Amino acid sequence: MEKTIEIKNLYKSFGSLHVLSGVDLDVHENENVVVLGRSGTGKSVLIKIIAGLLTPDRGEVKVFGQSVPDLTAKELNELRLKIGFSFQSSALYDSMTVRENLEFPLVRNLKNMTRKEIDKAVDEVIEAVGLKKTLDQMPSQLSGGQRKRIGIARTLIMNPKIMLYDEPTAGLDPITCQEINDLMNQVKEKYRTSSIIITHDLTCAKETGDRVAILFDGKFAYQGTFEEVFGNPDPRIRSFYDYNFIEPKLQN
Amino acid sequence: MNSESAKHVFSEKVDDWLMGFYDAFEFVKLVFREAFSGGFEFTEFVRQCYSIGLKSLPLISLTGFVTGYVFTKQSRPSLMEFGATSWLPSLVTIAIVRALAPLVTSLICSGKIGSGIGAELGSMKVTEQIDAMEVSAVNPIRFLVVTRVAAATITIPILSFYCALVALAGAFLNVTVNEETNVLAFLEHGFDSIVFLDIITAVVKATSFGFTIGMIGCYKGFNATNGTQGVGQAANSSVVLSMFLIFIEELFIVQVANWFR
Repeated sequence: MEKTIEIKNLYKSFGSLHVLSGVDLDVHENENVVVLGRSGTGKSVLIKIIAGLLTPDRGEVKVFGQSVPDLTAKELNELRLKIGFSFQSSALYDSMTVRENLEFPLVRNLKNMTRKEIDKAVDEVIEAVGLKKTLDQMPSQLSGGQRKRIGIARTLIMNPKIMLYDEPTAGLDPITCQEINDLMNQVKEKYRTSSIIITHDLTCAKETGDRVAILFDGKFAYQGTFEEVFGNPDPRIRSFYDYNFIEPKLQN
Repeated sequence: MNSESAKHVFSEKVDDWLMGFYDAFEFVKLVFREAFSGGFEFTEFVRQCYSIGLKSLPLISLTGFVTGYVFTKQSRPSLMEFGATSWLPSLVTIAIVRALAPLVTSLICSGKIGSGIGAELGSMKVTEQIDAMEVSAVNPIRFLVVTRVAAATITIPILSFYCALVALAGAFLNVTVNEETNVLAFLEHGFDSIVFLDIITAVVKATSFGFTIGMIGCYKGFNATNGTQGVGQAANSSVVLSMFLIFIEELFIVQVANWFR
């Protein structure tokens, strides 16, 4: 399958803090890659570099064969139309209704669309996330799970080929987490997206990831299927696994 | 020299201050580049004009009227000592047109609008809404900053003009209560002493103050960090810095205007 994202030997520091120290990662077409790692290990930095929000110190980041740090502002914006970014905080525009939030990328980027076409696109994505009745509400009236789903819907409206999810299940109850996991799988099937999912939630990783990559000390220590990675006896991986899957521990 | 001090050109504080100055300069450069690179967000600009201009009218009306009334009332005793109360309309008109209207409007607006812009953009920054805009292929500088700076630069001179009218109404009320006069006589006396340079200087001042308020609010908001505390700091420092710069600009513009008198 064709590679959509290629990262080679990527470095990023903030002052004296070395966050990424030689990261390599490939994401293929219609593949979900889950990135795991402790807080502060640079998982979010990685996807922000892919989206062109941060510039790497060195290394290669290619999306659809284009080197992201070398793109002009115009080329980067054209590339961004193919990338959906779901933020940890959902990042809904608080001064706009849900409908205005969903319309925003369309109205600003595709200026020749008619009102009818915009309404149709909004209806399609809001139905995809199952929140049609919230269309005229303000983001402050939504629950955490609803905000996440609307955030995902806002990215889907541009029909992206790549989805970058930053902690999609953080701070949500288990039932809502399950709904978000199902939604991410549906998005992959329906929109044929390639995704990078940043999470600490191993249930999410197991359910959504075709491949799992674990970030330790600024680089990916292990990559493979969930079973391959968590079958590894490395104590750092064991402690990650044991904390998340508390039930077998309690039974023992 | 120890290794810590060797990292700085002057000292940590001076270097930080100079870097802040450089960052602000780069920000202004970026805003100008985006403003003149096409694709002006006209709808958002009109929305900001409404928010900055129309919503400030009640406050400007009240402060302008009170300023005109109180200034006239407090100037009367000094003029009475010399039997020169007939000069009152000229005195207050000169004071209002040359200094009070642009200054009062700008100080009110830096409190109301500067803090509003700083807090709004600061909150958008810390909740990643600006990043979300950027990854949606929307240029946040063009959409959020250029529109706000342009709206502040255009509406504050208009508000200053309105403030001058309301302040003159306040002054006239005070004059008419104490002396027998009418509107035409008051305005005729008042505007006898006003020359074209006064009007131009007032417009330049108000435009420059408006630009400063918009730009400082946006710069502080865009650079907000540290969550809600950062939002509060952005709002607060927008007001303090824009007020400080308004007085510096006032001093500078008055000096330059005096060279042409």
